Amino acid sequence: MAILEVKGIEKKFDNLEVLKGIDFSLEKGEVLAMIGVSGSGKTTLLRCLNFLEQPTAGVIQVGGKTIFDASNPNLLSEKEIRKNRQHFGMVFQSFNLFPQYTALRNVTLAKELQAKEQSDFKSNKKQVMEQLQKEGRELLESVGLGDKLDYYPHQLSGGQQQRVAIARALMLQPDILCFDEPTSALDPELTGEVLRVIRGLADRNTTMVIVTHEMKFAREVADQVLFMDKGVIVEHGTPEEIFEHPKEERTRQFLERYLEEA
Amino acid sequence: MSDVFTSLTGGFLENLQLFAATLILAIPLGLIITLGSMSRITPLKWLVRTFIWIIRGTPLMLQLFVVLYAPGLLFDYPMSNRFMAAIVAFVINYACYFSEIFRGGIESIPKGQYEAGQVLGMTRVQIFFKIVLLQVVKRITPAMGNEVITLTKDTSLARVIGLTEVIMCAERFTKKGLISPLFSTAIYFLLLNGILTLLFNWLEKKMDFFKA
Repeated sequence: MAILEVKGIEKKFDNLEVLKGIDFSLEKGEVLAMIGVSGSGKTTLLRCLNFLEQPTAGVIQVGGKTIFDASNPNLLSEKEIRKNRQHFGMVFQSFNLFPQYTALRNVTLAKELQAKEQSDFKSNKKQVMEQLQKEGRELLESVGLGDKLDYYPHQLSGGQQQRVAIARALMLQPDILCFDEPTSALDPELTGEVLRVIRGLADRNTTMVIVTHEMKFAREVADQVLFMDKGVIVEHGTPEEIFEHPKEERTRQFLERYLEEA
Repeated sequence: MSDVFTSLTGGFLENLQLFAATLILAIPLGLIITLGSMSRITPLKWLVRTFIWIIRGTPLMLQLFVVLYAPGLLFDYPMSNRFMAAIVAFVINYACYFSEIFRGGIESIPKGQYEAGQVLGMTRVQIFFKIVLLQVVKRITPAMGNEVITLTKDTSLARVIGLTEVIMCAERFTKKGLISPLFSTAIYFLLLNGILTLLFNWLEKKMDFFKA
């Protein structure tokens, strides 16, 4: 059964139709790459999955359970959204680390706040906190930042900050990890270290949805590629199908333009 | 000589009391006004913003007179305590200025900070207190320092409704042919503002460990 099922997602901003009916599904452990020009709706789609935007129509299911249905207002309360969005993790283009916290605290903060909401937190506070620190440390080590635990975001390079952001998203063990152009804000020499981390996650069968302009990377890492243009999915297939034998004229034009630039 | 000192120090205590009371009350009131001016309820937002426009757009001296005389002349309920009248006028006036500083600070925090908190499952309250607040405090500290220093000097304005503050005390000595008490009042303000400057520098340094 598919871990993620997206059906008929539409999004309108006032009169502007940004998404015009998006359908796709993703199996557990698969990587989906979304490509397309800026303004094609990729980022909006990703933001819909994370409840940062509310689709005008459509259904989102995770593991067979409906977590969003535009026609069911019961699922749209703040409490429900807060619970349901935990299925997804999000890594932003601009990192969005919390500047006043160290790398480690950036990673552990959300889980710490959740632990504090538990009724038995006070009685085993020390244990819980130690466990969180340990988990956070291990995650930062896994993205190659074991020696930067106590650094503040402004003391880290863009690539390092983005790796902290990945560890932060992983800390909550999401079913699906989303990336919104994770390397677009980075200097070219720093993209490699971030892509390496994402590739490592793919090797360990992390389910991911990645919006990217790194065509070579998408081709190597993705199981499915989705080409979007003007709010619709123009073409959807394996990397070979999309990059080697695109069926649609629009896909061909897009890829040609990209290959020229590269 | 000790006459002058006693008189001026007594006068400056009035300034200090007005200063402290205004600071303590105008900050929380300013926060409430900020909530109003940023409210999603449009009529409330415009009501509050109109109020801010009136308070910031008219002289504090006028507001002092209005607070002192309006209750008696309009509602037959005279304001008996001049000090209280001064506090009311100052608190309302400064709360409006503070609220605009707070609003600017809050609105300057990038949307991404809220979104990062949201996708991590934090509540709106957690996002405000755990993520946004300290960044806002850091950003508004220089502006607040300015405003607080202005407040120390503005307290002298309360003399227009009869508060015997330090400059009024010093002026009395000019009738005896003495100008030095008037100059001496500057020392009080310079000392207070010196301390405040150090305090705000310390606060800014305290928040130097991060960039926002």
